[in-house]
Amino acid sequence: MKPRLEREVIAMRAAKELKDGDYVNLGIGIPNLCALHIPEGVIFHSENGVLGYGPLVMQDEVEKADQHYTDAGGRYFTPAPGMVIFDVLTSFAMISSGRLITILGGLQVSEKGDLANWNTGEDPLGGTIGGGMDLAVGAKRVIVAMEHSTKDGKPKIVKQCIAPLTARECVDLIITDLAVIEVTPDGLLLKEVAPGWSVAEVQALTEPRLIVAPDLKDIEL
Amino acid sequence: MLNKIFDSFDQAVADIPDGASIATGCWGAASLSQNLIAALRRKGVKDLTLIVHNFLHLPFFTEEEGVSPAVLLPQLKKLITAVVGLQVLGAGAFVKEYVENGLEVELTSHGTLASRLYAGAAGLGGIYHPVGVGTILEEGKEKRVINGKEYILEMPIKPDYAFIRGYKADKVGNLVYWGVYRENHPVMAMAARVTIAEVDEIVEVGDIGPEHVVTPGIFVDRIVKVSEGGLGSPQRSKELLLKVAQLDIVRKIVFR
Repeated sequence: MKPRLEREVIAMRAAKELKDGDYVNLGIGIPNLCALHIPEGVIFHSENGVLGYGPLVMQDEVEKADQHYTDAGGRYFTPAPGMVIFDVLTSFAMISSGRLITILGGLQVSEKGDLANWNTGEDPLGGTIGGGMDLAVGAKRVIVAMEHSTKDGKPKIVKQCIAPLTARECVDLIITDLAVIEVTPDGLLLKEVAPGWSVAEVQALTEPRLIVAPDLKDIEL
Repeated sequence: MLNKIFDSFDQAVADIPDGASIATGCWGAASLSQNLIAALRRKGVKDLTLIVHNFLHLPFFTEEEGVSPAVLLPQLKKLITAVVGLQVLGAGAFVKEYVENGLEVELTSHGTLASRLYAGAAGLGGIYHPVGVGTILEEGKEKRVINGKEYILEMPIKPDYAFIRGYKADKVGNLVYWGVYRENHPVMAMAARVTIAEVDEIVEVGDIGPEHVVTPGIFVDRIVKVSEGGLGSPQRSKELLLKVAQLDIVRKIVFR
C-alpha cells in the first residue's frame, strides 16, 4: 500500500487555501485540524454567534475553560482581542450573505459538487443537520477536506451521492489524502496528486471521470 | 411599575398549560435555561412542542447537578430542532423509543430555524429559503423558483413561551447576555408570546446603558434570578466541568 497523506497533512493543505483577512468556519473532523495551520489574520466564525475567537482550550488547561465561551461544537475557546459576540440570526446572515469561507468534512461529493456529510444512511436521527446545510448553501467558497475513499476502499467522490444530501452543487474544491480536485462546470479537474501517486491510480479510486489539469503537480504544503 | 420579577422558577412557569409550545436556547448546557426547564419538568405538563437548536442529552451528570433538554422527553408531543443528540454519543438514538410512541420530530437547520423564529416575530407569512433544497428538508414543502434559483417555503414559528438565559436584567426586563449565552435568545424573545428570562443578576433600571441593552424589556415578561451556586449558576457550571473533565469522552468533545 502506497502512503497517503495523514489527516493532519490534508488539514495543512486545506489551510493553505486561506489568507490574511479571510473569515472561515471550520466543520468537524479534518477541517477542525486546520485551525493550527491557518495563516495569521484569518478570523474564525462559530455558528452560535462568535467571530474572532482565540485558540481552543487544551485538555490540560481545564482551569482556562469558561462556560461563557464555547463554540458551536461545545468546545471551550479563549477570548481574543477584537472578538465579537452576536445572536444566531446575525451569525447565519454572515454565512448566507456570502462573506465566509467554509471547510467542511465529507461523506460523499458528486461530480457536480453535491455534498453529503450529515448522515450515512436512511435514519434521519442517525446524524445531525446543525448548521452544515446553511454553510454549504451560503458560504462564498466551500472546501471539502476528507479521505479519498471509505475505510473499505470505496470512492467517496462519486457520480451521484447515495447518502442523504447536505446541499446540491455547492462544493468548490475537494482536498483529500490523494488529490486536490476543483469542481468546474465541465467536471472535476484534478489539479494536484499526493507524492508518488499517478493520475491513473487516483482515477481508479474516483468514480467520475477526472479532467487532468495541464499544470498538474504534486500536493505541496 | 409592573413587577416582572418572580421569586421562583415554579411560579414563573405556573401558567404553562398542556399543549404549549416553548422555544429555548441550548448550545451546550451553559446557555440552557436549566432552572426553567427543571421547573417545567416538575410541573409535569404534557403534549408540549419544544423548539430548540440542539436537543441534547448529556448523560455525564445527574439531573440534580445539571439539566439538559432531554429531561422533557416524556412531556413532548413535538420537537423542532437542528440537532438531536451528539454525534459521538449516537446522535438521536436516545429519542427512538419516544418516536415509536408518537413523538413527532421536525428536523431543520440552524439557520432556517433562526429565520423561522424571526419570521414569527416579524409577522411574516412565510419565507422562501434556499437551505434544504434537494435534501430531506424539502419533503412536503412548496417550492418556488425566484430569479432562477430554487427555494422552499418555510413557515414562521411563534412559540407560546420562550425561555432565555440572560446575564443581567434590570427591573423592567432590559437584558444583556454574557458570551455565548446570547445565541438565539434575542430572536426567541421577540417571537414568543411570553418570554421568561433566567439571569445571574437583577439590577436597577438605568444600570444597563441604553446602548448596551441587547434584548429590550418589551420582549421580556418575567425574570427569575438563578441562585448563587445553584442549578445553572456559573459556580455550578465550573464544578460540573471539573467533574466531567475526568471523563475521556467529554475531554475529547470540549477540548482541543
